[in-house]
Amino acid sequence: MSINFGSQRLVVGAWLAQRVTAGLMALFTVVVLAQVLLGRGSIGYDKWAGIFAAQWMKLLTLVVIAALLCHAWLGVREIYMDYIKPVALRLSLQVFSIVWLVGCAGWAVLVLWRL
Amino acid sequence: MTEPVKKQRPEFRNINAFTDLPSYRLPLAGLVSILHRISGALIFLLMPGIIWVFDKSVSSEISFGKFKGVFQGGWGFVPGWALKLVALALIWAYLHHFIAGLRHLWMDTHHAAVSKEFGKSSAAFTLILGSLLTLALGLKLFGIY
Repeated sequence: MSINFGSQRLVVGAWLAQRVTAGLMALFTVVVLAQVLLGRGSIGYDKWAGIFAAQWMKLLTLVVIAALLCHAWLGVREIYMDYIKPVALRLSLQVFSIVWLVGCAGWAVLVLWRL
Repeated sequence: MTEPVKKQRPEFRNINAFTDLPSYRLPLAGLVSILHRISGALIFLLMPGIIWVFDKSVSSEISFGKFKGVFQGGWGFVPGWALKLVALALIWAYLHHFIAGLRHLWMDTHHAAVSKEFGKSSAAFTLILGSLLTLALGLKLFGIY
């Protein structure tokens, strides 16, 4: 039996955060996909890199990366809570996952601002 | 203290993943649900690969060409077609996670959608749409059109 370490607010907050970040990323996907598909033939480098060149687009992508970080963390946290009972193993996996995700997010941000 | 005798309900403990789980009948909605989880995990695990692809594709003309070339010539000892299959798996994962996610959002916001019938029909729709889009993009990826 696990001890309740938080309040119902945290649970509702996580549920809501999952939905909000999902919605934001879905909108972003549609926006980028529309730009990619609204052109003849295979997309070339200029058009593709051009999508991410504007500063406002970089900032929007940054927000989406933050949303993805949050969404993915909550998602894998759920998986670990469902399947990994031993606390030491679950804690280790959670720490690894956060390092993994923060690393990925940082790399993506670097890529964006090297443009 | 006298209480009415409770009916002895069957208990199922220590469910064995290999002998018990495969014997359960999984409804369509259940299949969509576990695939939603699996697709999410797949994206999580392949995230560095995705960032690498984004990096190469956006950095310069040369790296863009190199990244496209990896699907022809391969990477190290991994052949190009194997990388295309991995890309296709990732495409399926994202499509399924996206569509199943929208299904979640729909059920969160529409009371009438929370029924067994809609659960089944929307699950079927999710699987079919996901498979069709994966097939269409897969054909494009492998150069069929």
